[in-house]
Amino acid sequence: MYALTESVHIPVVDPAQADGIFSLMWLVIGLPLLGAVILLLGGRRTDRWGHLLGTATALGSFVVSLLMFITLLGRGEEERQIGQHLYDWIQVGGLDVGMDLLYDPLSALFLLLITGVGTLIHVYSIGYMEHDPRRRRFFAYLNLFVAAMLMLVLSENYVGLFLGWEGVGLASYLLIGFWQHKPSAAAAAKKAFVMNRVGDMGLSLAIFLMFLTFGTTSFSGISAASSGATESTLNAVGLLLLLGACGKSAQVPLQAWLLDAMEGPTPVSALIHAATMVTAGVYLVVRSNFIFELAPVAQTTVVVVAVVTLLWGAVLGCAKDDIKKALAGSTMSQIGYMMLGAGLGGVGYAFAIFHLLTHGFFKANMFLGAGSVMHGMNDDVDMRRYGAVRHAMPVTFLTFAMGYLAIIGFPGFSGFWSKDKLIETALAENVFVGLAALVGAGVTGFYMTRLMLMTFFTEKRWKADVHPHESPSTMTIPLVVLAALSVLGGVLLLGDWIVEWLVPVVGEGEHHEPPIPALAVTVLATLTAAIGVATAWFLVGKREIALTPPQDVSFATRAARADLYGDAINEAVVVNPGRRLVRGLLTFDRSGADGVFTGGASAVSGIGGQLRKIQNGFVRSYALSVLAGVLLVVLALLAVNLS
Amino acid sequence: MDFVKPTIEYAELWPLLLVFGVAAAGVLVEAFLPRERRRVVQVVLALGGLAAALVGTVVVGTGLTSLGDGAARGLLGVEGTLVIDGPTVYLWGLVLVFSIAGVALFAERRLEGGVSAFAGQAAALPGTEAERQASTQGLDHTEVYPLMMFAVGGMMLFPASNDLLTMFVALEVLSLPLYLLCGLARRRRLLSQEAALKYFLLGAFSSGFFLYGVALVYGFAGSMQFGAINEAVRNDADNEALLLIGMGMLAVGLFFKVGAVPFQSWVPDVYQGAPTAVTAWMSAATKVAAFGALLRLFYVAFGSDRWSWQPMLWVVAILTMLIGAVLAVVQTDVKRMLAYSSIAHTGFVLTGVLGLQASSDLAVGQVTSLEAVLFYLTTYGFASVGAFAIVTMVRDSGGESTSFPRWAGLGRRSPLVAAAFAFFLLSMAGIPLTAGFVGKWAVFTVAMSAGAWPVVLVAIASSIIAVYFYIRHIRLMFFSEPDGEVASVTTPSLLTSVTVGVCVLATLFLGVLPGPVLDLVTQAGQFIR
Repeated sequence: MYALTESVHIPVVDPAQADGIFSLMWLVIGLPLLGAVILLLGGRRTDRWGHLLGTATALGSFVVSLLMFITLLGRGEEERQIGQHLYDWIQVGGLDVGMDLLYDPLSALFLLLITGVGTLIHVYSIGYMEHDPRRRRFFAYLNLFVAAMLMLVLSENYVGLFLGWEGVGLASYLLIGFWQHKPSAAAAAKKAFVMNRVGDMGLSLAIFLMFLTFGTTSFSGISAASSGATESTLNAVGLLLLLGACGKSAQVPLQAWLLDAMEGPTPVSALIHAATMVTAGVYLVVRSNFIFELAPVAQTTVVVVAVVTLLWGAVLGCAKDDIKKALAGSTMSQIGYMMLGAGLGGVGYAFAIFHLLTHGFFKANMFLGAGSVMHGMNDDVDMRRYGAVRHAMPVTFLTFAMGYLAIIGFPGFSGFWSKDKLIETALAENVFVGLAALVGAGVTGFYMTRLMLMTFFTEKRWKADVHPHESPSTMTIPLVVLAALSVLGGVLLLGDWIVEWLVPVVGEGEHHEPPIPALAVTVLATLTAAIGVATAWFLVGKREIALTPPQDVSFATRAARADLYGDAINEAVVVNPGRRLVRGLLTFDRSGADGVFTGGASAVSGIGGQLRKIQNGFVRSYALSVLAGVLLVVLALLAVNLS
Repeated sequence: MDFVKPTIEYAELWPLLLVFGVAAAGVLVEAFLPRERRRVVQVVLALGGLAAALVGTVVVGTGLTSLGDGAARGLLGVEGTLVIDGPTVYLWGLVLVFSIAGVALFAERRLEGGVSAFAGQAAALPGTEAERQASTQGLDHTEVYPLMMFAVGGMMLFPASNDLLTMFVALEVLSLPLYLLCGLARRRRLLSQEAALKYFLLGAFSSGFFLYGVALVYGFAGSMQFGAINEAVRNDADNEALLLIGMGMLAVGLFFKVGAVPFQSWVPDVYQGAPTAVTAWMSAATKVAAFGALLRLFYVAFGSDRWSWQPMLWVVAILTMLIGAVLAVVQTDVKRMLAYSSIAHTGFVLTGVLGLQASSDLAVGQVTSLEAVLFYLTTYGFASVGAFAIVTMVRDSGGESTSFPRWAGLGRRSPLVAAAFAFFLLSMAGIPLTAGFVGKWAVFTVAMSAGAWPVVLVAIASSIIAVYFYIRHIRLMFFSEPDGEVASVTTPSLLTSVTVGVCVLATLFLGVLPGPVLDLVTQAGQFIR
């Protein structure tokens, strides 16, 4: 399809022993973990100061991460990989998995994002969850999440990564279902967990396969040996890793859980389902560059998945009236962009991480802004009942606007730089992929403007008992900080800093020249976004917005409202055959409910005769099944050997 | 005909003999002590005997001499009918640990308000005046302790047997007391008796197959001893059909005991009907013993004919995992759900059995499937004992309350107990940092390295299905609103709470720091012939 980057030098992970400030690396994970343990085991005694402790541990992690980052900046390029061995986790024979940490330029950036945005969201949650009686528990889960996410990005081997991977899944499950009194929240939590497990299956198979092929699961071992494996093995590993990434990062076909996950409290949506956890799939692909660079089929598949998802998510974002679901569709689409970069390889890795960081800023900003709006609107999420909120909530409006300008790629804002680079790289590799990315940028302009207009502009459509008001300062200060980052995030690209910075991790990628000059690409991307914005202005801003969604809409709108039939597809392909299988199996087995009722009820009333009849029947049928089993076993033995 | 006095290696066999001795002593206690003093004596005797046997097992284990290249250690005892090697000693230890927990659960009396969970008078017909009298007088069957000790003896003999007849005797010695124990529940007696009868009839049926298999294999090899059978398998290509059918019949007997599909039909009914303390103990200990025997039979006696039995085992493992996991999803009763999950776990262990066992086939230092299976049994055993022990504590006015709706919101009423139960479920689901994860990791890798990747694929798929129903139950406990009558946790005595506590700690320890136990299974080495 597109020209492969043949001569890429794949760097080998070879960390130096941790010293100085780096020997505190374990503290980054340890602090929030300690916070979670204290808050969970401490019970009600910690209710009064639990939220402060939770925030303090996140802040402590951030300080350590920042100190390490500054020290790392001062080091030479080849000394920027630092490892720390904590203890031998699983060690038996050749199965040697240590609790090893790896701090390198990639994990350094993730550490800053997770602990930085994490701290801000902790602060915000102090205000947002103020009236919730279970606020302490919420902070315990948040701390647990931060610890698991840090484990994910700091581990030096795939098993440790898997530990963090499952940990964030568990924390996300607990937090989506935090408002357990809502059945929809509990159902969404379960859906997220189960769909993630499908992805986890891919990841765990990939780990087994790598262990079998390379005899180790550590990044250093695999990156040193990956060029020795056959291409088909690497393709298989890459595809399985991609399956894992799809589950965690809500990429097609495992995308259906993300929109439902918005049932969780808004800070959760900001931290987990926008800034950090859902980008773990991108991290996985970038981290495994030593696999993907040598696995062309897997790499192409990553690009295909990314393109489908970035359009899919954008379409969903256009039709949703729930402000958080619209943002979730947008998240899906933006992660598609990052995946695209990661799939293109070479310099694409660096741009993917760049977009991941800027997206972390502006999307967290917008989610928290949405939470602030909901806070003022009695927790209503339907944008059809918003409108003209900007007067009541000026700080929220202004900060949200910064995020908005960043995501549509308004020149100068962070998203402009990062998305532009991705589109440019995509165009250079393959025209069709590039065009799809360009179209995605236009749709982004449309749905974000629609959201902006419906919420902050147009005439007010609130109910009479709603009195929008600005949120407390614990909520607005994080908004201001994130807004500033959304504006200024682009500085990371100054002098190609981020590309240079990531060279020790992903190698020196050649920069293919796009078919048209880079400046033309930039202008084109900006124009496309402008067309999207203008369309939204004419379709949404200039018209009356009905309080209930109109029903006489086109097929496309209906499909988008139904999540492009994602659930229906799952139902038809997975759930229904599964149900039929169970029903078929049940005919061979007494169902649980029947057993309890016949057995229990007869025991009470003492109708022995009837039970004996049932009982005889069952033993006979069980014995028959044993006999059938004997035949199966013996025939299986004979068939294999005497054929 | 000369009569030669057999030499018996008392120094190595005494833990086994001690358990049987305690069982016999227990029978005497029943005969000669007054009723009110029996319980204390029996419990002390059983616990003391098991603890002494456990100490003895450790002593024997450390004293085993190395054989050959050092990969295997041990000796053949009692004229070659028993074998005391590393795996035997490890399995003995496991059986004894789980049995000590079992005795503790058997002895629990606070939950039922001063009586044990066993029927006051098993001979009294359910629903009659005699039964009512027995329960108002607070009668108790203390015979359960000697019965259990006999079964423990059988479980220790089972994986240690080195010929087919000894194995059959061990199978019966461990099974017969179990049939009885299953029928002794104090509440829901008809269900319990139905379960016991079913277990007995089907057990007898499958024992018949086992015995027929013994005859056929003897016909093929001309010997009962595993070493001699192995020689015959290696040298003799005639009569292969005889060997294969015999092998299949033997497998049936063992598959029945471990509850592998299609011999699983008894498992849910028996696990549900039996007194929960019995279920807790037998789900762990029986499985350990039966897998020990299965491994020895297939690795030692039929080890050189791997290619003929492996495809059969593939099929059985796949069916077991899938059916166990899928049917667990539709259950509405906690004990039945755990029973089906135990079937699924049998499948996972079988996946480990499929791996490579000879160190010559492996890369340097790779785990053998024997080690993986032993470790998996350890992890599963603790989670299973702990989970069933918690089931004994969750009660309503009618005794143990096992239907799902009653468990709704348990996490809010008794957070600690619900959290412990959730932890066991997470371990069974194989979430990292619990014992189950390391166990699954071990068995899946050994199966992968033997090229059984389709089985591993099914294994991972069924563990995903399994996660679904484990998580559903956790959600039920923590996130669901109770509707109608609910169960609550009755505070047990130290016997049960310490057991649960130990199981939680073991599950956590094996997940976070599995090193020492993994070292131990590596130390156990290989089977000797």
